[in-house]
Amino acid sequence: MNKYLNIFNMYKDGFKNLTLGKVLWKLIFIKLVIILLVLNFFIYDKSINTEFKTENQKVDFVYKNITKE
Amino acid sequence: MEEHLVDWSRAQFALTAIYHWLFVPLTLGLGFIIAIMETIYVKTGDNFWKKTTKFWMTLFAINFAIGVATGIIMEFEFGTNWANYSWFVGDIFGAPLAVEGILAFFMESTFFAVMFFGWDKVSKGFHLLSTWLVAIGSNLSALWILVANGWMQYPVGMTFNPDTVRNEMNNFWEVIFSPVAISKFLHTISSGYIVASLFVVGISSWYLLKKRDIKFAKNSLVVGATFGLITSIFLILSGDESAHQVALKQPVKLAAMEGLYEGKEQAGIVGIGVLNPKKTLDNDEDVFLFELEAPYALSFLGYHDINAFVPGLKDLIYGNEKYGIESTFSKMEKGKIAVNALKKYKEAKKENDIEKALKYQKILEENMKYFGYGHIKNAQDVIPPIDITFYTFHIMVALGTWFLILFALILFYTLKRDILKYRVLLMSAVASIPLGYIASEAGWIVAEVGRQPWAIQDLMPVGIAVTNIATSNVQITFFMFAFLFTLLLIAEIKIMLKQIKIGPNGGH
Repeated sequence: MNKYLNIFNMYKDGFKNLTLGKVLWKLIFIKLVIILLVLNFFIYDKSINTEFKTENQKVDFVYKNITKE
Repeated sequence: MEEHLVDWSRAQFALTAIYHWLFVPLTLGLGFIIAIMETIYVKTGDNFWKKTTKFWMTLFAINFAIGVATGIIMEFEFGTNWANYSWFVGDIFGAPLAVEGILAFFMESTFFAVMFFGWDKVSKGFHLLSTWLVAIGSNLSALWILVANGWMQYPVGMTFNPDTVRNEMNNFWEVIFSPVAISKFLHTISSGYIVASLFVVGISSWYLLKKRDIKFAKNSLVVGATFGLITSIFLILSGDESAHQVALKQPVKLAAMEGLYEGKEQAGIVGIGVLNPKKTLDNDEDVFLFELEAPYALSFLGYHDINAFVPGLKDLIYGNEKYGIESTFSKMEKGKIAVNALKKYKEAKKENDIEKALKYQKILEENMKYFGYGHIKNAQDVIPPIDITFYTFHIMVALGTWFLILFALILFYTLKRDILKYRVLLMSAVASIPLGYIASEAGWIVAEVGRQPWAIQDLMPVGIAVTNIATSNVQITFFMFAFLFTLLLIAEIKIMLKQIKIGPNGGH
């Protein structure tokens, strides 16, 4: 139990005493919001899995593209 | 498909990859340099080394924080912009990327926390182990990405399933231990070590030019230059193996790297040269306006034999019976047979004609390795942009040679002379920090532009790999990323410069 408490305290103290780290964490957070929310849901919202429901439809889509003249 | 869609999609992917690669090499190399410094601290018990380690660790953290997750965008692009490609590669690409995700997430993030939060909270030994594991973990992440990239350059360990129209992995070990993947991995990580060494050497030189933190800077110079010198030798050896693999597996790329139009025995390497822009495959213009050649070197580099025949672009396009080189025209014929066989196979399956389906499946299997050539309209389309490939290759080699000399000089003058008196050398070291990035990016450009037009070597050209979406969408996101990444880069440089100015004695 003590071991887990020590690990928890290491993280707690680490985050509490951040100096430069605070700026870096803010940057990471902003970046993740842009990448995982904005890009993922608004820009890269379409893929073969979202556009086609069944496996056959996906196969058919790719098959047509890789055999086109 | 809209005009220029392929070019914009390629440009967007290149932009994302190039920006992502600005952050990665420093992480790969600086992790080990920090681990070496901390090892000295643990061995000697000297707090000076603890302070030194902590300073470089701070810069490592800045680079890591700014660079982390920029690679995810490429995975989004695979799904949206390169849907045909993503489906066609199946689990072969997905499996290494998944392993990378797990390794990167669990190994790096766990020990990263100990590395930064664990000082005086865990034992010295465990802290040191964590630092080494972060360095090893980031390099292992690179391994899996480069295994996936190696497969695109030299697809092995799979069979094509005509029912699902995707490749299925049948030999995991063949994919991982592909000679192209391994040589690419070793050459790429060693380029990262050089970038990191230049970073440490350059910043330390700046302190010496400013005549501050002298002891710290001199000791960092010794560690950085020693690591740089050793890994430069490793870089040359891995580069030699990489070029050998290119010669065997991607001879068109090698010919483009050297501007070699006519194949020859005892072929030399052009050390310095200016390409003649009027030269085409079918005219008699000179290839170079000016050239300085090292005799026999290309035969030796490519085939480890000074007398070996190195095929030129003409041999690879028109074929060369004497040396058993198949022409691109012949490959295009076989590619068309493969594409047609797939169509006939599908028709037969629809009609439930098993005998006919088996017949065409056999034809497809026999010609599958030429499948991509079935989409090539003009044989000369298999030649990558020669000027970009040639110049980036030569820039990379020239800079790599300069770095080796720089590390040797820095080490010699730090250990045997008073380096503070050699200001030109110190200024050269500072100026070499961006050169390291240029060399590393140039290497990527050689690898990726040099294999055009293939998304997957010989199997899928980029024009087939791309998704048919509006070009304007790709253009908008291209400029959006350019803006976003530039912002991140500016943030990194500003934060980094601030910490460097604070120095090892004030930032903790």
